[in-house]
Amino acid sequence: MRLVLVGTSHHHAPVELRERVALGHDAAAELAKRLAATGGEAVCLSTCNRTELYVAAPDVEAAERAAVAALAELEPDVEPALYRLRDHAAALHLFRVAGGLDSLVPGEGEILGQVRAAHDAGTTGALLDRVFRQALHAGRKVRAQTAIGEAPASVSSAAGALAEQVFGDLDGCSILLVGAGKISEQAARSLLSRRATIAFVANRTLDHAADLAARFGAEPLPLERLEEQLVAADVVVSSTSAPGYVLDAATVERALRARRGRQLLLIDLAVPRDLDPAIHDLDGCYLYDIDDLQAIVSETLVGRRGEAERAEAIVAAESEKFREWQASLDVVPAIMSLRARAEEIREAELRKAEGLLGRLDDSQRKAVEAITAQIVNKLLHLPTVRMKQAAAAADGVIYAEAVRHLFGLGEDER
Amino acid sequence: MAELLFWPTLLFYGEAAFGYFGYARRAGAAGRAAIWGVRLGWLAQTALLAVQAAREDGFPWGTWAGSLNLFVWFVVTVYLGVRKPYRLLGLAVMPLAAALLVVARVGGGTGVGARSHYSNLFLVVHVGLVLAAFAGFTLAAALSAFYLWQERRLKRREVTILRRQAPSLATLDRLASRAVVFSLPALTLGLAVGIARLLADGERVDAVIAATIVMWLVWAAYLVLRATRGLGGRRAAYVALAGFALVIVVRLALPATHFS
Repeated sequence: MRLVLVGTSHHHAPVELRERVALGHDAAAELAKRLAATGGEAVCLSTCNRTELYVAAPDVEAAERAAVAALAELEPDVEPALYRLRDHAAALHLFRVAGGLDSLVPGEGEILGQVRAAHDAGTTGALLDRVFRQALHAGRKVRAQTAIGEAPASVSSAAGALAEQVFGDLDGCSILLVGAGKISEQAARSLLSRRATIAFVANRTLDHAADLAARFGAEPLPLERLEEQLVAADVVVSSTSAPGYVLDAATVERALRARRGRQLLLIDLAVPRDLDPAIHDLDGCYLYDIDDLQAIVSETLVGRRGEAERAEAIVAAESEKFREWQASLDVVPAIMSLRARAEEIREAELRKAEGLLGRLDDSQRKAVEAITAQIVNKLLHLPTVRMKQAAAAADGVIYAEAVRHLFGLGEDER
Repeated sequence: MAELLFWPTLLFYGEAAFGYFGYARRAGAAGRAAIWGVRLGWLAQTALLAVQAAREDGFPWGTWAGSLNLFVWFVVTVYLGVRKPYRLLGLAVMPLAAALLVVARVGGGTGVGARSHYSNLFLVVHVGLVLAAFAGFTLAAALSAFYLWQERRLKRREVTILRRQAPSLATLDRLASRAVVFSLPALTLGLAVGIARLLADGERVDAVIAATIVMWLVWAAYLVLRATRGLGGRRAAYVALAGFALVIVVRLALPATHFS
């Protein structure tokens, strides 16, 4: 069995092309089943950034042709944007994908779940099962041993992470959204994913506030009632198109008196700004505007790239282990034949000695069985290990042939 | 034997202190080396205390230097208990532990043979509880210092704030108050036992007892103001640091009068 990868990703194809070869969960599983129908194995990994077909088959050329044809069937124009990788290169690519190293935002965590789902939905056998399990292991290791996925990569996720720096677990944290536009909604979703509660949506037009509030189970407010809810809120996210400040320092200062020292985080995503910068000088208030968040995101992306170097080393080590395992498959038949021959000889010799062994009681017979089995195992242990090592160093086939020749393996069949 | 165990303890605590400085710059090997320094140092110091206890007939930490040795052990034990999510606390705790251990040795608190004329039960209850409370206050102060550092980063809008993440302000504030909630009753009981003994012996309140009572008032005020006035955040951290300054004063500057 050989491993083949055919696919396209955000590195090779624009979104207009990628969306035409993107497949839903069921369609991807169906395609994998179809590709594996000729006795092979197949997995289809399809996300918004990539569609990749991993195929394991004895005939690598035919498998590659079938995979290319399957993607071209979805979109004929995709063929020039396809990459084709085999064996170790294909495995290394999958490991980098699982580690988030091939993602648009290095280290993003969603891809690991998508690789797992693709594996579960695929038609796998020994080879693809092994390579996907090892890829998932490599992905988990990258996340555990590097900080590549820890820092946020977007302004809205940075807002959520900042809130965690102030309040810790956001479960039970009350969010006040000021403005009912798209940006407010994105920030709200990031905070919701961290288990915060969107409590209020304030907007100049109450109908728009009501629409967004209904989506989050929040209370809509007119902007005039903003001050009274400042007492209850933990985080204020503002993104209106107002020409001046929606909230000034004096208003926040009044609200602070009723807050009994509770901290207040204010995120201003609007341009021009909604929140008076003087709010940041108030005790217990932390105000971040869009430029502050952009600077944090830029810095964390630099950090992610630094961590990526360490992640690449982890992925390379894991893919090397896979290469060694795949190479050892070359000598597995020879090892199995050798062990079968040894077992055959052992059993034959025991049968010959039946006359002598017949006088032994059950426990003595079992002891003789165990000793002879142990001798065979000990004798074959080192050759087995050496053959696997030789396979990893690319001499496996030569060693396997030598063993077959020396022990006359397979001669009976011939 | 006790003398021999002092050096590995100091070596490991010192190594941990340097390790945490390295860890603050970049996560990785320095952080792991620091953790192992704390663990091995704590084991060496536990062995040191065990040897001291085995060699003495009575309570071996009745002198100010001996009690400082025990105090360091309490502080490191408390730190080991909370270390996992708050590893950076080691940056404050381990240099302090190493420095205080040196002071304890200079005062003869890491050897054997320094006996007190007080009864063992009294020393175990009084010294043990007061030192355990001091260790708790030290932790509360370290958490408060950590709070002020983290708050400063947020106020200065440091761009690295999400790359090198620290515990949240709310968590640090809550943990500091919990440390005080557990420590103040221990100090109260330890202090009450000491004062009862003082009255029974007809002795007068010395400077260290007076300073300890002031310290008790500061920490009690910390808890009362939290409960009644919502004291928290930066102000609570300052009160905790003031309380800790008194711990330092009592611990280092005045023991000569109290133990003489």
